[in-house]
Amino acid sequence: MSDNTIAIIDYSMGNLRSVEKAFQKIGADAVITHDHDIIKRADKIVLPGVGAFKEGMDNLRQLGLIDLLNREVIGKQKFFLGICLGMQLLGSKSYEMEETPGLNWIKGDVVRFSSEKLKVPHVGWNNITITNPNVLFEKIPDQTDFYFVHSYYFESGTQGAATLTNYGIDFVSSVNRDNIFGCQFHPEKSQKFGLEILKNFAKLTT
Amino acid sequence: MLKHRLIPCVLLKDWQLVKSIQFDSFRTIGHPTATVRVYNARNVDELIVLDIDASLKHEEINTEIISDMADECFMPLTIGGGIEDIDGIYKVLNAGADKISINSKAIENPEFIRQSSRIFGSQCIVCSIDAKKVNGQYRVFNKKKGLMDIDPLMLAKEYEAMGAGEILLTSVDNEGTQKGYDLELLGLFKDKLKIPVIINGGMGKPAHGFDAIKNGADALAAAYIFHFSQYTPAQIKEELHQSNIPVRIDFLQMG
Repeated sequence: MSDNTIAIIDYSMGNLRSVEKAFQKIGADAVITHDHDIIKRADKIVLPGVGAFKEGMDNLRQLGLIDLLNREVIGKQKFFLGICLGMQLLGSKSYEMEETPGLNWIKGDVVRFSSEKLKVPHVGWNNITITNPNVLFEKIPDQTDFYFVHSYYFESGTQGAATLTNYGIDFVSSVNRDNIFGCQFHPEKSQKFGLEILKNFAKLTT
Repeated sequence: MLKHRLIPCVLLKDWQLVKSIQFDSFRTIGHPTATVRVYNARNVDELIVLDIDASLKHEEINTEIISDMADECFMPLTIGGGIEDIDGIYKVLNAGADKISINSKAIENPEFIRQSSRIFGSQCIVCSIDAKKVNGQYRVFNKKKGLMDIDPLMLAKEYEAMGAGEILLTSVDNEGTQKGYDLELLGLFKDKLKIPVIINGGMGKPAHGFDAIKNGADALAAAYIFHFSQYTPAQIKEELHQSNIPVRIDFLQMG
């Protein structure tokens, strides 16, 4: 028994209001929360976030959300979307500041762009190459530009890579494994095509 | 490939949007929320809104107006002006901004950049530098303190070391003139920073954008051209695209 709502996980990692606003814009019922009962009742879960990997994991742990997310997303197979840091946290581990294990739902490591040749963070609009189409990219043309802001990325070869983006190297700009989706870019800040991705996520049904 | 951004930069004064010429002679150009709605409909890459009076008057930032603008904004929104402390950044971000732009506070206390980038992340902190050429040398200009004996590039490097995510570099001399970006100023910055430089001040036609990018600008901010010329952001980007500058134009094809 679940509500037809999207729980946007509030774990004190950046501004979540823009994600909520974007879901409101497309007519989806979304709520910002870290309340376990609301998350349990929601039928979809979104993990946004900007900031440091370790702090993100620490905050999730302190709120008791790691076990809860494992139960809801891995156990009950609820649809899940990680955005930016929220996608990186799906990985096996990150090398941001110190080696930190992630949720380990997607096998892959999160590493930093080399700042020798590139400006870091990678900020701005960059195109995706769809290598492994999934439902989120329905009606999204290949090579569409999305808005990115990040210094760390999933190495290519990551399990479930759905799209690649080039910034000096090809990195994984979105992933999908069963009910779990992640995008490194910000759909809530990528105007029409970004809202389209959120729409595709919001309408998923089991 | 990463695209060069074209960013309308709008100025807020007494809760009206205004346009200045060389930091003076303000003209009212409309209502903030309506303007943001238009820019959103035009699919601009990003938007910068600077409250030009806030730090002079020590006024609290009007979070209500930021919130109204953010509601219309499905692209990145940078808000600047009057940010004095960490709490001010929280307020602006909670109102819906994605990044904040710091100018006066950073000059007074560069440590503030370190503190704020640690808390909010570098991606959130844009450091704004206004530069003016005096006796053949570029110096930092500040609205409170006037001309300062500080080299703009040195200041930018200090901000970068403190954790700034981007530099918004405005030429006081060229601002509002439509005579083109200050390419000499830009030349001093070329390949000197690891963080993106957004050049501001002087765009009067798309070719000016081409020149700035060829001289090392990562992104173009502009105001006058959108308010007082026939050019739309899409037309400027179309022309840049024709000149083989990578810009985001896929929205042109989406109808």
